[in-house]
Amino acid sequence: MENVDNEFVDFVMADGDYKTKLTQKYNQRTKWSKPVEGEVLAHLPGTIIEVKVKEGDHVKAGQLLLIHQAMKMYNRIVAPIEGIVASVDVKSGDNIPKDYLMIKIKPE
Amino acid sequence: MVDLSEKIKELRTKKATVELGGGQAAIEKQKSIGKMTARERILSLLDKDSFQEYDLFVKHDGRDFGMDKKDFAGDGVVAGTGTIQGKPICIYAQDFTVAGGSLGLHHARKITKVMDLALKMKCPVIGINDSGGARIQEGVGALGGYGEIFYRNTLSSGVIPQLSLILGPCAGGAVYSPALTDFVFVVDKISKMFITGPNVIKTVLGEDISMEDLGGARVHAEITGNAHFFAMSEQDCFAQVRRLLDFIPWNNAEPAKVVSSKEPSTELDIEQVIPSDPKQPYDVRDVIKCIADDSDFLEVQGMWAANIVIGFGRMDGKTIGFIANQPMVLAGVLDCDSADKVARFIRFCDAFNIPLVTLEDMPGYLPGVDQEHAGVIRHGAKVLYAYSEATVPKITIILRKAYGGGYIAMNSRHLGADFVFAWPTAEIAVMGPEGAANIIFGKEIKEAEDPAAMRQEKVKEYIDKFANPYVAAAKGFVDAIIEPKDTRAELLHALKISALKEEHRPAKKHGLPPF
Repeated sequence: MENVDNEFVDFVMADGDYKTKLTQKYNQRTKWSKPVEGEVLAHLPGTIIEVKVKEGDHVKAGQLLLIHQAMKMYNRIVAPIEGIVASVDVKSGDNIPKDYLMIKIKPE
Repeated sequence: MVDLSEKIKELRTKKATVELGGGQAAIEKQKSIGKMTARERILSLLDKDSFQEYDLFVKHDGRDFGMDKKDFAGDGVVAGTGTIQGKPICIYAQDFTVAGGSLGLHHARKITKVMDLALKMKCPVIGINDSGGARIQEGVGALGGYGEIFYRNTLSSGVIPQLSLILGPCAGGAVYSPALTDFVFVVDKISKMFITGPNVIKTVLGEDISMEDLGGARVHAEITGNAHFFAMSEQDCFAQVRRLLDFIPWNNAEPAKVVSSKEPSTELDIEQVIPSDPKQPYDVRDVIKCIADDSDFLEVQGMWAANIVIGFGRMDGKTIGFIANQPMVLAGVLDCDSADKVARFIRFCDAFNIPLVTLEDMPGYLPGVDQEHAGVIRHGAKVLYAYSEATVPKITIILRKAYGGGYIAMNSRHLGADFVFAWPTAEIAVMGPEGAANIIFGKEIKEAEDPAAMRQEKVKEYIDKFANPYVAAAKGFVDAIIEPKDTRAELLHALKISALKEEHRPAKKHGLPPF
């Protein structure tokens, strides 16, 4: 009895495709993506209190970029690398979700 | 002279007042959402007329915030003893109609009193949770109360079965008592469990989520794995509790109830259940039905990590813990969740002397960054630890695939299995044929004129040589290669031989399982 049912999908393992069902949790898992150097993402949802840099600024690694309020705390967000600020996608007062791209820094 | 009848009348009046809990209006509100009252729940769960209540007249001693002027009937919890199947049970039920079932110190002490009793009398303890949380007005006294419950949950762990029924909200610190117990029961639309509620999450993180989506019954049955049994109504839930108690022993020194042996009642043919192509799915519970007495199987955590199946059945009338990879879901791989699920089940069965029968058909561990980063190494290690540590009879039947680390993990000879049997369809190998061929013959395949054809040839070569049970049998890793139709008979024999099994572990304070 070769059980080939429409509810089963192909599931890739090291030795080829298996016919199986997926779980809700498996489908909802967060897929990993490689972090991009110089991209400053919000680690939590929150509010932008103050932005300290503008496009074109030269920043050193560790320099304060903005204040991000999350978990009732003022978080100092600093530059991960040295470079030129390529874009600033937040302004003071913005409510942003988790993983929102706030600032992009282009390495020199 | 004291008039006895007057005194009896006084007692009856006092009792009736307290037994009304939070009053008629609160009771009606409770019932309007499909919930029973605390006393009704206990009475429907226990044998008829078996409940004896204690501490009916316990009062809180809160003095702040106007508490000194407030009386809470029974301090918001009903506690006592009774019987199920005529055997002793300690039980408590929080009464949501009384101050929202909030837990203060004396409320907690009523609970710990029956918990202490259960441990002494060596009988199961059942907790029915329906509480808004700590009674804030009592401050740290309430927190102390929770701590005293958790401590007893831990001391009783592995000695007496502990069951938690979540029949209402169970939030904050309150959730940890159920989490420490052996089996958690939830009811659709009624159970709510979380550490921080939707309001706090909204305030702090700005995430807007309903109680149901955050910690409703389905969430805990399907996503978190906190719940072991999911029911559509409270009555169904009580039936599940009684059914579970039919399978498990009353304590760790007493065997579970033995019933008369029955042949499997299923009409399924064990030789037809499993497709010959190792990549085709089937429902492994059909194999269990072909093996277990009366084809009766009580699945535990059926909705969560369904890529592994665990649960109770009987063989020769005695309770068995069945464990089986489920090829129908995620190809039956081991992953973080399924490893947690099976490891805890093995430890429950070992603690309560229930023999383990493992049915193996799995292609390995689930690949993926999310799994590796979620710690599949330390989660997977729990399976190895639990099987190795267990001293109950441990029998494995390899049905089809037993590849790589999965082969070792699923109660292999090497982890101390007492008996390992394989069907002729078993493939016991370091990995699946296609993956193996790519590695072993990678160069030849790449350099061939027709790589696809060469690949196919090499895969076939590998299948012929290694995708079978004979290589492992030649090393004595498999005790016997058996025909599928003989599976039940072989298991019954192995269980009979294992009946007096005695095995000891090195003396130690306790081991360090990877949790």
